[in-house]
Amino acid sequence: MKIFKAIGLGILASALAISGAAAQTKTVKIATEGAYAPWNFTGAGGKLEGFEIDLANDLCARMKVTCEIVSQDWDGIIPALNAKKYDAIMAGMNITDKRLEVIAFSRPYASGLHGFATMKDSPLAKLAGTGERVNFDKDPAAAEKIIGEWKALLKGKTVGTQTATVNLAFLEKYFKDTATIREYKTTEQHDLDMAAGRVDAIFAAHSSLKATIDQPEFKNMMIAGAGVSGGVLGRGVAVGLRKDDAELKTAFDTAIQAAIADGTIQKLTQKWFKVDMSPQG
Amino acid sequence: MDFEFMQETFLRLLSGVPLTLNLAFTSVAFGAVLAMLIALMRMSGVRVLEAFAKGYVFVFRGSPLLVQIFLIYYGLGQFRPTLQEWGLWSFFREPYWCAILALTLNTGAYASEIFRGGLQAVPAQQVEAARACGMSGFLLFRRITFPIALRQALPAYGSELILMVKATSLASIITMMEITGIAAKLISQTFRAVEVFIVAGAIYLILNFIITRLIMALEWWLSPHLRHPPVPKASVEAVHV
Amino acid sequence: MQQLSYFELIGFGPNGWGNALLIATGMTLAVALCGFIAGAVIGTLVAWAKLSSSIVARSLADGYTTVLRGIPDLLVIYLFYFGGSAALGAIGSLFGAEGFIGMPAFVTGAIAIGIVSGAYQAEVFRGAFQVVSRGELEAARSVGMHRWLMFRRVVAPQVLRYAIPGLGNTWQLILKESALISVTGLVELLRQSHIAAGSTRRPFDFYLTAAILYLLITWVSTTLFQRAETYSMRGIRRAS
Repeated sequence: MKIFKAIGLGILASALAISGAAAQTKTVKIATEGAYAPWNFTGAGGKLEGFEIDLANDLCARMKVTCEIVSQDWDGIIPALNAKKYDAIMAGMNITDKRLEVIAFSRPYASGLHGFATMKDSPLAKLAGTGERVNFDKDPAAAEKIIGEWKALLKGKTVGTQTATVNLAFLEKYFKDTATIREYKTTEQHDLDMAAGRVDAIFAAHSSLKATIDQPEFKNMMIAGAGVSGGVLGRGVAVGLRKDDAELKTAFDTAIQAAIADGTIQKLTQKWFKVDMSPQG
Repeated sequence: MDFEFMQETFLRLLSGVPLTLNLAFTSVAFGAVLAMLIALMRMSGVRVLEAFAKGYVFVFRGSPLLVQIFLIYYGLGQFRPTLQEWGLWSFFREPYWCAILALTLNTGAYASEIFRGGLQAVPAQQVEAARACGMSGFLLFRRITFPIALRQALPAYGSELILMVKATSLASIITMMEITGIAAKLISQTFRAVEVFIVAGAIYLILNFIITRLIMALEWWLSPHLRHPPVPKASVEAVHV
Repeated sequence: MQQLSYFELIGFGPNGWGNALLIATGMTLAVALCGFIAGAVIGTLVAWAKLSSSIVARSLADGYTTVLRGIPDLLVIYLFYFGGSAALGAIGSLFGAEGFIGMPAFVTGAIAIGIVSGAYQAEVFRGAFQVVSRGELEAARSVGMHRWLMFRRVVAPQVLRYAIPGLGNTWQLILKESALISVTGLVELLRQSHIAAGSTRRPFDFYLTAAILYLLITWVSTTLFQRAETYSMRGIRRAS
């Protein structure tokens, strides 16, 4: 038995030595979902593309580190960060209080609106406020009004959204007793179910909904109701990091600050979202 | 480990047990009927039916259940207009029925082989004896073949039942909130994967333990001829004398 | 945008996913094979423990097979994926290593499959061992063979022969189980189909292709196992 123990320790020690050596070359492993166009998605042949892939490469160049971008299912993306599967998350993730309990965030690198989408011939196409913006932090009165109007139309309907997102938190806060909420692992899956008519509406980030509607298969889908932000929807999209990794947080903060200052983020959001989505404030 | 958290998790996961059992038993019930049909086809001696049964079993045993679920749920969703025309859409619209369909088709393939094994294990002499007594057709099947085959197949069918309870965990992938679905949701809220999965695993273990015991009891009840005859009390008293 | 035909979609052209699917199929085979080997090692050890005279070893082995066969494989894989690295990190920090000890998805997947299938393979080996006649073991001992020599010359060849059908079944099981590894992010056949279905919005085409590829592997490997069985039984007269 002693021999086995010795061999085991030997293997472990050499494994540690290898990982120790790897750490010195400063490779930062970044996880993304790879199923959230145009933020991050997988193109023909399986290559990762999107806003966050471009941004990650830019930030890594600024931080002078080598980056490795890996894809990871959304519903396990935070536990796997804490399990040290990778060092950072760039996957359209919003800063929320709930998430801040378990991980740290860099400063935001983008912000955007969220809202409903439905089919053009659906009664839900009449959801109030289409084309308008409501910020739940700055304008609580308008927020309360629009929630009331939406509740009346959504009564008894089924709404799809991605699990473990701010979108789900929003639906659960305001429509838990009004509508049936169905949770999906990816936005692509709820898009497919919206087109198939299994749900009456979906709730997601406008950026992602617009990318879907642009595709010919989804030309009968439309964004319905006002674009909302703030409140449980969080304080902008940022890099998720482990709490004890202060060094990496500083590096990301500095790099993002620089990318905002020289207009890189504005340029990249224009390229991928057709609008400027640089963080406000 | 945080026992208070695990206790709370346990209570929340318990609310998924009814759906898990519902999925498992509904599909096993439908699957048993389907399996019987497939097994009879396979043994019918008609070549077309035999080939169909063989092909069916090959396809559903040879590919992962997860692929079958995706194919039925998202795959068939691509053909909504056609399905609507055939009046089948209200069935395929519901994730519950898609899950039941996938699980039923799957267990149908496995169970048909178990039934076939059971039917083939019926001793020829028993059937001959029954024929000699003038039994035939359905009476022979009901009185002789089926009971013997059932007894033979029961242990294997018990394992199949366990496998089905385990397989229902895949329904979580198409939005069904059974035990694994709720576990995934809890993780997304608490980010404590290991504790939640340990509790979920324990619940499945308890469920399967109960099912195993029930099947064993049924086996015992169905095979009185294999039990040891009860020891006559008189001999025990005789020792004392 | 014009709709691509099915063959353009899964072909090898600029918009085709053929290459990616083939690589992913290779990955499925690789992870299944490594899992199978890991499972065989674990299975042998557990079967040994089950047949041993030590009560502790026996009950540990029984506990292992009961637990592994009683909880869904999906849970085992999740647990291993999230728990594995945390445990490794904890062990690492015991030895004073700081920070990152990651396990690649492939290794996690292969070990998870090995641990799950080990429970099944243990039963296969145990069953096969019990078929080896006591007389032969006694004969081997009486000619003075040591345990290891006896294992290598008498036990292993016979157990393997009787275990082939059972191992064939386990291989099928593992192959299908490898699809569950897709949840850990390893790009094997199902995950690649998943990615392709999402990005082209043609789920039916890709899941169907995946199912066909799995069936193809199943068919080829069934044939191989049957050949192996016939070969290993060439010197044995069947009862029937």
